[in-house]
Amino acid sequence: MNSDTQFDLWEVFIQSKSGQPYVHAGSIHATDMKMAMQNARDSYTRRGEGTSIWVVPSKYIVASNPDDNEMLFDPSADKIYRHPTFYIMPEGAKNI
Amino acid sequence: MTTKEASFIYALRMGDNALILGHRLSELCSKAPFIEEDLALTNISLDLIGRAQALLSYAAELEGKEKTADELAYRRPEIDYYNHLITEQPNGDFAHTIIRQLYISAFELLFFKELEKSKDKTFSALAAKAIKEVSYHFEHAKNWTIRLGDGTDESKRRMQVALNDLWMYTGELFEMDDVENWLLSEGIAADLVPLKPKWAQMIGDILDEATLEVPEDTYMQTGSRKGVHTESLGHILSEMQYLQRAYPDATW
Repeated sequence: MNSDTQFDLWEVFIQSKSGQPYVHAGSIHATDMKMAMQNARDSYTRRGEGTSIWVVPSKYIVASNPDDNEMLFDPSADKIYRHPTFYIMPEGAKNI
Repeated sequence: MTTKEASFIYALRMGDNALILGHRLSELCSKAPFIEEDLALTNISLDLIGRAQALLSYAAELEGKEKTADELAYRRPEIDYYNHLITEQPNGDFAHTIIRQLYISAFELLFFKELEKSKDKTFSALAAKAIKEVSYHFEHAKNWTIRLGDGTDESKRRMQVALNDLWMYTGELFEMDDVENWLLSEGIAADLVPLKPKWAQMIGDILDEATLEVPEDTYMQTGSRKGVHTESLGHILSEMQYLQRAYPDATW
């Protein structure tokens, strides 16, 4: 039995200005796309935080399982050569 | 009547519309059906109170009696308020709140687009700002009307009751009196007469989509332009003005 009397859950992503990445702002409840967009606007952009909004039904977010963290994330820990700072730039290279 | 005197009354009327509807919506703070809607309604309320402040400040300036917007908002008796009767109607159930918003925001969208052409620079600038806000108020009310009209039997019934209950207050929105005709001839006020069929079309289209019925024409209530109000305004004012009446010039 579903005891949740709230509407469907949606995740809200806000872009602060053009060219910037969309950042997760939080979640809202809504019954449809229009309501989700309006509720996101009213809940998360009241203080001029954004210039663009994405809303996504939470059920479509695929999340990694914390039990898999060792498998997924530990192998990258010792691969420092994947950071650009590992490399010494040759003298004379400009604009990097 | 001078243009300045007429403009003062005109600013006061628009300011009172925004003030009283804004106060009505503010009553829903923490009482809306769910938190996101609580924010939506109080956001709309704040838009309106902001508009009231701008218009009443301008009214005070036009009046030239060194009053402030606050004095106009909090120190007048009921018969000196000129807000449309529909703005003071109680929130009722959610259907009544939404239909009141629908009728008013559809009207204001048309109205401010006309007022933007005003020769009075302040009215024109205020109208340009209001259009952006009202466009959202209208979308909000429209979407709820369609959602609840074309919803369950219960939501549909409640929406139809609200439509019928508030219909008699919509005729007043399009009334032109001597003040407005004078200002219209001066290129300052908006002509409301041509807005009525446009408004009826907007409402009709939405109610079609919402599978609701346009109410039958009935006797239209009137009086706000003369300061004659329904019993609801007195209740609002007694709450809104309490502090200023009990402790004049109180500051914090």
